[in-house]
Amino acid sequence: MNEQIETALRGGPTGEEDLAREACAAAGRLAERIGDEGLADVAFAAVDSPFGRLHAAVTRRGLVRVAFPEEDPDTLLEGLARRISPRIVESPKRLDDVRRELEDYFDGRRRDFDVSLDWSLIGPFGRRVLRATSEIPYGGSLSYAEVAAEAGSPRGSRAAGNALGANPIPIVIPCHRVLRSGGALGGYGGGLDRKRWLLELEGALTPPPDGRG
Amino acid sequence: MTRALPPFQRFLDANREPVWRFLVSSVGPHEAEDCFQETFISALRAYPRLRPDSNLRAWVMTIAHRKALDAHRGRARRAVPLADPEAAGGRVQEAPPGRDETLWRAVGDLPARQRSAVVLRYIADLPHRDIAQAIGCSEEAARRSLHEGLAKLRKAVPA
Repeated sequence: MNEQIETALRGGPTGEEDLAREACAAAGRLAERIGDEGLADVAFAAVDSPFGRLHAAVTRRGLVRVAFPEEDPDTLLEGLARRISPRIVESPKRLDDVRRELEDYFDGRRRDFDVSLDWSLIGPFGRRVLRATSEIPYGGSLSYAEVAAEAGSPRGSRAAGNALGANPIPIVIPCHRVLRSGGALGGYGGGLDRKRWLLELEGALTPPPDGRG
Repeated sequence: MTRALPPFQRFLDANREPVWRFLVSSVGPHEAEDCFQETFISALRAYPRLRPDSNLRAWVMTIAHRKALDAHRGRARRAVPLADPEAAGGRVQEAPPGRDETLWRAVGDLPARQRSAVVLRYIADLPHRDIAQAIGCSEEAARRSLHEGLAKLRKAVPA
């Protein structure tokens, strides 16, 4: 009898699958409430894009991170937890503005982003470089040397390249608009195909005649 | 690298089921939702102050256990005006519906500590050490509560 009771207890008051589904739904409602009431320090969500599924994260200050699809979400979250706060929840609603602006941008309907940014993942030199980068207008480009000069380090084009490569908010801080002097693409954290695609979207590069890319 | 607290979302992913199971079993399906939200919102507020090597499962179960006690106390308070026939007429069935209503009604009728010990052991699948932490007693006392709770259930539920 003892074992019967224990088995019945383990089964729970409703079926196993029901419990799992209800728990999942309750956790979803909870995460939404946490997002709505601003109880989390960081909110993240997936954002669809022509590159696949991006992940974006916002703090109370603004957009703090955009990650390309190859980035492992767990590693991304662990990094945010360590560097900003472990109070981080998935909250698609809090990313609505970011999602809308990115969609408009990818569809060619938006040239500038209005969402506020949180620069806290960017060091002092990186800030100078990326602030200079964010001044480059849609459709324009600067060389690494020019960006370094704008950032106050005229001989720091290699360091500027590193700061651009470490951009935590790609696309929105348009590091794809920085090219080699002479026009070669240089590098890109999200891969050169994407850099080319973004520059073609903005009309800064002409697509090759065979329509590749 | 030193161990860091997992992102709260991952902590929620890993603990939502045992917490939900515990709450549905100990306060019933109607009150489980509120208790669940309050449990994790309390956890979220305190989260950054936790030591990274804390036993997170036992910690969140401690909070859930307290919320369940609050719910039971609230229910006891609300039960008074049920003498009013109109209110009594609208009284909802408190025992969770399901496979074995007698058993779950008997679980609901257990004294708080025994109920929590039984539910934490069999529903949330916690080891005795964590049950003791969650209900705030020694491991031996937790074993005793569990044993006494099971004995009562055996009596209450016909074979």
